[in-house]
Amino acid sequence: MTRAVVTGIGIASPNGLGPTAYWRAALHGEAAIKPITRFDSSGYWAKIAGEVPGFEAGRHLQGRLLPQTDHMTRLTLVGTDWALRSAGVRPNDIPDNDMAVITAATAGGYEFGQRELQKLWLQGPEYVSAYQSFAWFYAVNTGQISIRHGTRGPGAVVVSEQAGGLDSIGHARRHLRKGIKLALTGGMDSSLCPWAWVAHQASGSVSRSNDPKRAYLPFDQDAGGYVPGEGGAIMVLETPESAAERPGTRVYGEIAGYAATFDSRMPSREPGLRRAAELAIADAELDASDIDVVFADAAGDPVLDRAEARAISAIFGPYGVPVTAPKTMTGRLFAGGGSLDVATAVLSIYWSAIPPTVNVRNPVPEYELDLVLEARHVPVRAALVLARGRGGFNSAIVVREYR
Amino acid sequence: MSRRAVITGVGTVAPGGIGTKAYWKLLSEGRTATRAITHFDASPYRSRMAGEVDFDPVREGLSVQEVRRLDRAAQFAIVAGREAMRDSGIEFDQLDPGRIGVSLGTAVGCTTSLEREFIVGSNSGKYWEIDQSYTVPHLYEYFTPSSMAAELAWMVGAEGAATVVSTGCTSGLDSVGYAAELIAEGSADVMITGGTEAPLSPITVVCFDVIRASSTRNDDPDHACRPFDRTRDGLVLAEGAAILVVEELEHARRRGAHIYAEVSGFASRCNAYHMTGLHPEGIEMSDAINAAMKQARVRPTQIDYINAHGSGTKQNDLHETAAFKRSLGQHAYETPVSGFKSMIGHSLGAIGTLEIAGCLLAFEHGIIPPTANLHEPDPECDLDYVPLVAREKEVDTVLTVGSGFGGFQSAMVLSRVDGARG
Repeated sequence: MTRAVVTGIGIASPNGLGPTAYWRAALHGEAAIKPITRFDSSGYWAKIAGEVPGFEAGRHLQGRLLPQTDHMTRLTLVGTDWALRSAGVRPNDIPDNDMAVITAATAGGYEFGQRELQKLWLQGPEYVSAYQSFAWFYAVNTGQISIRHGTRGPGAVVVSEQAGGLDSIGHARRHLRKGIKLALTGGMDSSLCPWAWVAHQASGSVSRSNDPKRAYLPFDQDAGGYVPGEGGAIMVLETPESAAERPGTRVYGEIAGYAATFDSRMPSREPGLRRAAELAIADAELDASDIDVVFADAAGDPVLDRAEARAISAIFGPYGVPVTAPKTMTGRLFAGGGSLDVATAVLSIYWSAIPPTVNVRNPVPEYELDLVLEARHVPVRAALVLARGRGGFNSAIVVREYR
Repeated sequence: MSRRAVITGVGTVAPGGIGTKAYWKLLSEGRTATRAITHFDASPYRSRMAGEVDFDPVREGLSVQEVRRLDRAAQFAIVAGREAMRDSGIEFDQLDPGRIGVSLGTAVGCTTSLEREFIVGSNSGKYWEIDQSYTVPHLYEYFTPSSMAAELAWMVGAEGAATVVSTGCTSGLDSVGYAAELIAEGSADVMITGGTEAPLSPITVVCFDVIRASSTRNDDPDHACRPFDRTRDGLVLAEGAAILVVEELEHARRRGAHIYAEVSGFASRCNAYHMTGLHPEGIEMSDAINAAMKQARVRPTQIDYINAHGSGTKQNDLHETAAFKRSLGQHAYETPVSGFKSMIGHSLGAIGTLEIAGCLLAFEHGIIPPTANLHEPDPECDLDYVPLVAREKEVDTVLTVGSGFGGFQSAMVLSRVDGARG
């Protein structure tokens, strides 16, 4: 079977731009959940978020792209540039029809959409941007990446709420197996505008606490929801043969297994997360004992945390595997969250260290999890990444050291 | 042993009628179902026509609670999904739920509901800081369209892989292609798949108005979508849904299922050219067609019928005509080509599956639906576009294509399964 290796990583995270800055921050447990600055949050009960600081789109993108892109697309385009640069891929290195673009989305270019909706209803139809037809829809990032880098192979966009970041990478691997050499994949997301914020508050999943250190505490006795954030990761995924055509290319790790499941609504049936994890481990042709760390979905909701802890214990036994949630530093990044976790897992393997779960002080003892509360400098040969999307979506990816 | 994906159930909600019977009657008679917009006051807009569905959700079996909670696009998907499930004859509760998956296509998700809630929460745009005290409690389900895939998964009891595939106007083809891939790789035995869209609200209409992509033949809405006709002036927006049951071939054979056709080839390509524009040479669509034919192991001369994208813009007509010639050579001139959007308009992420559904019905009936409104052929479009009147022809291999904003080009080959004819 064709293998799929990660050779390039572009990261825009609330605690770091680029894989080097991000990895340093993640390893040091640098939390970046802060009071919202992007809009006036005084009228809302949730007032904190993980914002990507210091991102000036105009420094990275041509001026003509700015009026036609939402913030999440700008993050995506810049992240893609960085991923390609870190993979050492230059224009014409790879035939254009051998490159695919597979991204994840959750809500599209929402801030852009709010602005244009306001123009339509306040000023009139003639004031709506000519770019609205594509700037806000879910497919925009794949289309814009394809145009920017001249990729003429397959393109796709998956939406499975917060599980989508993993699904995009799984789908990219399918394309490599069908003969495509390289895929740009993952997700970057942002919906930090009032119109999105109202939806986040309505979800019932956002924390009621506005203390950045106490708001998002997965697996903790005080778990009470999560904090939304923005950012994510775009990766270059390619076949080892393709990577070998560029001597000196750094191979961070391999996407060795992937699976997705959906939860039944019948209470008698076990949620699908455990099955997704087991299928992904089997798909990687590994055993549970080969997994050195689990990057948990870490919903921060007592019911969902318990279900995830049960799934992990069922596979690995009580305290059977280190479990971490670096997303406690950034908040949950929606379509970007799963892909940032995969990127983090790949970096863990590459740098032999597990970044910590921050702010959690009182893990629920019955969960019987070996929660990583301080960074651990240990070899990581294989990691399991879990993600769940609202409604019952479960996805799992196994990342492995490439040998 | 390679696993093959076949279609065993079809359900539709289309302009002109709900259910595949009404849909086929419209297509085979070459009638049109586009009209002046009635869903809202369209007078401020440039294009004021649409393919609207006359849809009473309660009469179609939805509960009042479902109607209040679900966006119209989700309602369409459920009604079409139930028809597809019935049509397949599968007893879903007898299957291993872990082997049932869902892939749903939609381009703009729950936009209609989102716009309605925006108007309320912003007091018609007066406030940038939206007031949450007036928006619906389930707003987040509109925020991300994966909620609609979850509804379908619950309906069928799926516990396998589920997702939304959202690639603009090729979503309806791409979601079915995704389903076929999951069957082929062994991740699922049965997939509920297809597209749904209910985009008829001011913001969507304006999107197409401002880039002048939609027709302004407002005085003749029945005949406004005129693909391949010299007088065409744009697309006509529409709504609708089509849901399919896609199943592994042996799984279908074991239960003696009626098999409509096999999804024998599917490919998508990006054109890397323009977010809304098409290059007249049609290279990427041709690449997608070639890849789909290769996967299906069919030669160009085996294609019996081409279901065109036929959106009603000159740019599209030239683009796909060039692509067909590039891929099929001389055979392109001998192959009937027709476009259903001339009859039911362009329902964005749903239309690709509605077109597949129409092709499956063409397999069943040995009739190729026409391109309506094609009175004055554009001299630059010189293929056989089956104008106005349906044509009797048995088909064994059909090509259907789509183009979408973002540069997406998709092609699917549907093949009659050996021995299933007659």
